[in-house]
Amino acid sequence: MATDLQTILPELILAVYAMLALVGAVYTGKDNLTGPITWLTAGLMAVLALWIGTGSAGSTQAFGGMFLSDAYARFAKVAILIAGAAVLLSGQEAVARRGLGRFEYPLLIALATVGMMMMVSAGDLMSLYLGLELQSLALYVVAAMNRDSVKSTEAGMKYFVLGALSSGLLLYGASLTYGYAGTTLFSGIIGAATGGEISLGLLIGLVFVSAGLAFKISAVPFHMWTPDVYEGAPTPVTAFFATAPKLAAMGLFARVLFDAFGGAVGDWQQIISLMAILSMALGAVAAIGQTNIKRLMAYSSISHMGFALMGLSAGTALGVQAMLVYMAIYLTMNVGTFAFIMSMERDGKPVTEIASLNQFAKGEPLKALAMLVLLFSLAGVPPMVGFFGKLYVLQAAVDAGLTWLAIGGVIASVISAFYYLRIVYFMYFGQTEGQAQAPMSPAAWVALMGSAAIMVLGVVNLFGIETAAAQAAQALVN
Amino acid sequence: MVTIILFAPLIGAIIAGFGHRIIGDKGAQVLTTGLLFLAALLSWIVFLTHDPANTEHVQILRWVESGTLSTDWSIRLDRLTSIMLIVVTTVSSLVHLYSMGYMAHDPQFEGESYRPRFFAYLSFFTFAMLMLVTSDNLLQMFFGWEGVGVASYLLIGFYYRKPSANAAAIKAFVVNRVGDFGFALGIFGLFFLTDSIRFDEVFAAAPGLAETSITFLWREWNAANLIAFLLFVGAMGKSAQLFLHTWLPDAMEGPTPVSALIHAATMVTAGVFLVCRMSPVMEYAPAATNFIVYIGAFTAFFAATVGLVQNDIKRVIAYSTCSQLGYMFVAAGVGAYPVAMFHLLTHAFFKAMLFLGAGSVIHGMHHEQDMRNYGGLRTKLPLTFWAMLIGTLAITGVGIPLTAIGFAGFLSKDAIIEVAFAGTNGGVAFWLLVIAALFTSFYSWRLMFLTFWGKPRGDKHTHDHAHESPAVMTIPLGVLAIGAVFSGMVFYNSFFYDHDRMNAFFGLPEHHAEATEHGEEAAAGDHGEEAATDDAAHGDEATDHAMADSHAAPQGAVYFGLDNTVIDDAHHVPTWVKISPFIAMLLGLATAYWFYIVNPSLPKRLAATQPHLYQFLLNKWYFDEIYDFLFVRPAKAIGRFLWKRGDGATIDGAINGVSMGIIPFFTRLAGRWQSGYLFTYAFAMVLGIVAFVTLMTLTGGAN
Amino acid sequence: MTVADFAFYAFAVTTLVGGLFTVLARNPVHSVLWLIMAFIGSAGLFVVLGAEFLAMLLMIVYVGAVAVLFLFVVMMLDVDFAELKAGMAKYMPLALLIAVVLLMQMGMIYGTWQFADGAEAARRAVTPDMTEVENTAALGQLIYDDYFLLFQLSGLVLLVAMIGAIVLTLRHRKDIKRQDVLAQMYRDPAKALELVDVKPGQGL
Repeated sequence: MATDLQTILPELILAVYAMLALVGAVYTGKDNLTGPITWLTAGLMAVLALWIGTGSAGSTQAFGGMFLSDAYARFAKVAILIAGAAVLLSGQEAVARRGLGRFEYPLLIALATVGMMMMVSAGDLMSLYLGLELQSLALYVVAAMNRDSVKSTEAGMKYFVLGALSSGLLLYGASLTYGYAGTTLFSGIIGAATGGEISLGLLIGLVFVSAGLAFKISAVPFHMWTPDVYEGAPTPVTAFFATAPKLAAMGLFARVLFDAFGGAVGDWQQIISLMAILSMALGAVAAIGQTNIKRLMAYSSISHMGFALMGLSAGTALGVQAMLVYMAIYLTMNVGTFAFIMSMERDGKPVTEIASLNQFAKGEPLKALAMLVLLFSLAGVPPMVGFFGKLYVLQAAVDAGLTWLAIGGVIASVISAFYYLRIVYFMYFGQTEGQAQAPMSPAAWVALMGSAAIMVLGVVNLFGIETAAAQAAQALVN
Repeated sequence: MVTIILFAPLIGAIIAGFGHRIIGDKGAQVLTTGLLFLAALLSWIVFLTHDPANTEHVQILRWVESGTLSTDWSIRLDRLTSIMLIVVTTVSSLVHLYSMGYMAHDPQFEGESYRPRFFAYLSFFTFAMLMLVTSDNLLQMFFGWEGVGVASYLLIGFYYRKPSANAAAIKAFVVNRVGDFGFALGIFGLFFLTDSIRFDEVFAAAPGLAETSITFLWREWNAANLIAFLLFVGAMGKSAQLFLHTWLPDAMEGPTPVSALIHAATMVTAGVFLVCRMSPVMEYAPAATNFIVYIGAFTAFFAATVGLVQNDIKRVIAYSTCSQLGYMFVAAGVGAYPVAMFHLLTHAFFKAMLFLGAGSVIHGMHHEQDMRNYGGLRTKLPLTFWAMLIGTLAITGVGIPLTAIGFAGFLSKDAIIEVAFAGTNGGVAFWLLVIAALFTSFYSWRLMFLTFWGKPRGDKHTHDHAHESPAVMTIPLGVLAIGAVFSGMVFYNSFFYDHDRMNAFFGLPEHHAEATEHGEEAAAGDHGEEAATDDAAHGDEATDHAMADSHAAPQGAVYFGLDNTVIDDAHHVPTWVKISPFIAMLLGLATAYWFYIVNPSLPKRLAATQPHLYQFLLNKWYFDEIYDFLFVRPAKAIGRFLWKRGDGATIDGAINGVSMGIIPFFTRLAGRWQSGYLFTYAFAMVLGIVAFVTLMTLTGGAN
Repeated sequence: MTVADFAFYAFAVTTLVGGLFTVLARNPVHSVLWLIMAFIGSAGLFVVLGAEFLAMLLMIVYVGAVAVLFLFVVMMLDVDFAELKAGMAKYMPLALLIAVVLLMQMGMIYGTWQFADGAEAARRAVTPDMTEVENTAALGQLIYDDYFLLFQLSGLVLLVAMIGAIVLTLRHRKDIKRQDVLAQMYRDPAKALELVDVKPGQGL
């Protein structure tokens, strides 16, 4: 037991901290403490990220294989913690300004992060589900946190109901799997599902589990909640939705597909590649019609998840590596982009209309330039890092013989370039004056400029993330 | 020293072109002209001092290294190069000087700074031309080749506000592309076969080419013949030979000094230079050289006939140029490369002078170019008249028959006619050249009579104000006149007459002299067909012999095959052949005198009685019309089709259709699905799961 | 048919009928009552299986607490389910089609069902032998020892649910007065009262 607790120590610390802070804040300053708690939470998450990142190498498992700690989990956890901390800090001021400064907010985020860390470390269908629910439940709550806004409430409601449906699908799939394999441990499932004929029941179970997970990463056709929730939720919350949970769900997805169903790559490949192409295409096509930048970012994230799935669908170590690199780049880009979107306002009120950015570059040339870099990177325009992420997954897909998928990805990328560049067009060559301003806290400014700088400077060697991703992928695929 | 010659014009062009705001109009003119005179002076020093037996290579930089292709940018200095150097730099420097007067005022560019541009172009052209003639490999030559093409384009279209000038510039460029395509193919072919494009290595491999066959288009060809032919296609374009000649008369849209420099003295002779430079290959390509002879002879004849009836003074000279180039090709084709170069040299002097003289007339007559509006200008433009007279005497070939005394054209042209007789055994080419000589004499004198004799016919006001040109224009005329008078007599021995001096002049090796001596014996015996067949039979053996030691490039500037005795044969042609061009010249002169001095109404009546012939000639054998029908219109039609249907309807249409029709359709569709209702979303999820489950049951598991 | 078999079929039918009518009943209150019947049937099934403790838990927690809570909620909310269902009719044919397809798929799966080798053994390996350990002890062993992590995680999930409920519903209204007991008790009369000497003929 002691070594088990040792293994889950980071999660334990974060959970215990959240509970202590909760109790402490309830009995003392309550909402007045929101600022310090946010900083404290973010700081703790950053420290944990550092600790995990520099911690012991190798693989260990705890609680009879229900919790796995390997290079793959560590990579994902570091990314999740950093992204979570960055979003918390860059959104802190926006949260306060919008009157959402509840002290529960950072703590719910912390608990969601615990859930996400559990997800990427899951070695059992049950720990998978509980981690997922811990994360989801916290997210349902923060989505609806702006109680006075109808849209926010509606977003939380939709997210909750559809999330319950997806959980149902996931559980049904899990029960089918258990029924076939007689165990919920991944190590047991892969033993039962490798070699020879794989029972149709198990494969259908896989489909249902995949559907449940695809909901979390908002892959088509389980994506429908995304635009509404992104739009309705308070912008700092949306920023969080778009970053860490996506990586956690994607990490979990890869964990299930390789650790539990690694013997049926050929079977799930067709499902995943279908989801990938549909997500890329729909994300690209549907975003064109959007006038709200948050909805646009929702479709953008759908499309990006399609690209990440493309890497996954290759079914190889290279594919997983490509997916991890892509997701890391995606997180960085979205942290910066949302730091900007959070600060958008007109006459002191938040705006999210794309048209309000007209002629933005005249007033704020530096921020406009940073956004230009980020949008180019999101579109995958060559000198930016975003291009290399796309190149990576395309290469993985081609190497795995999924040329048609790669071609589809390129076409989708071309289409999606249109709406990213349209924002740039508005900012620089808009006809009328949009009158949007973007007053930023220092943290948000650093997030925006930092991620823009990474998009340019990362061209050199992607800050060495490839090596780490390669090790992570090696730990997962064997 | 050669490097200075090569780069002086480039420096001038760059400074004048980009820095004229700093150094001013006047400064640009003086600078470029000064640099050109420097280059000319150095060229003459090089010409007179370098050792022709040693081919010098001056490497400037390593240029292209790619696979087995290794090309330096280096200068090859031998006799051919030095001849071209003096021709190019001398004419160019005189034209620069002349242009200072000619381009002084231009109504088209009132109040603008156009002179530095003109001088920069001229200097740039000179650089490109020098690059061409000094090249040590085919790529560098091609570079210069295209460089002069660009300069020519820029200068023909110098009056870019005139639509006809633009059209002429484009025509020159496009027609030259046809030739350049052949040239490029020839270079590719040589590289393909010999794995090198350096002249030395190509020449060393040339004997082997004659033994090789290569598949091209639909059949097998002899490699040497094919490559010689392709290279000649390039030469045809640049030198305005028949079928690719149509751009040259139109090029007269450019300013007259340009016509003198580019379209008479230098660039158009690049083709002749190319054939002479490639003589080691040409010598192994009998079929191709035969073709060259015929094309040259027909061009000479054709252009002369057209020249008979043209009324624009510059066009007459342009057709005359075309015709004279035909002469040079005949000489090159029969294997008398020195003779071709000889005519190239003399022609450069007298033709440049004729053009500059014509320019002086045009300048004096306020840009009137129609000869029918001239007349009696002898007294108004005395210096020009004398210069033109010398030029005409030179081009028509006035001299004392059977001696080496005469104007430049007399010696060089008669030499060509003699080698043509010797080379073709008195064939068609010879007779065409003699007739062309007659016509040449006629139209040249017609030009003189119409311009300088008779009564003023044009606008009275213009004639009243006709004036002699300033000194900067007449001095070049004088210098060129010296060349037109004496260049023939001075160089006659070196280029043609004296066998040993010729060999020394071109740096040919001694053992070759033996071979030609042998040829001399054969030629001395009988010039009949037997000798030819005998030569051919001997040639086979000789080739075998040559193969044995042919791994080094042949020495000297040009190369004669072992059975090539044409020059020596030409010394022994019958006397009637030698005086035939003189007689033709006299006939032409007499006819012209009768037509335009004695009985000026005769030409009109003749034209009226022979309307078809007259129209045929006046319309240049309808070449332009036929090309227009055969190539231009179909090309335009194809272009329009591809533009409207291919580019517009298909590509633009597809892109627009996809980006403005199909994708927005899907966008709207996606928007409609996004209804906002929970049950729609849930339903989509269920649909998705059903679809995936179905897919899995159909393909997964046991399958 | 033994007593055990009879009991099994009786409880099974009860459970199924209860579940069916939970869905079909028009009145939501009736639905909840049918649900309670399904719970009771399930509890009976647990007893038949020998899991008395679970059966009791089901009766106490689900029937006693959860179902009653449901009843209260349904009664208080007064949701008009008929109105909600009206929209469904439009999509019924398509939904039915999908349902049929899905059912056929499921039929196919169960028709070709087979267990993996050793699935049965793996299933048994987790639980202690029922004949030697009481099922309360076995449950305790599983929940608090083997699946300790999952148990704690469930606790966290519930904590988040609680926080969520509070965050989303609790309002500190600023415009009403609240009773503060301590403030009342520590109230110092000396501070609260001020004696003012009012001179006659003058107001305050």
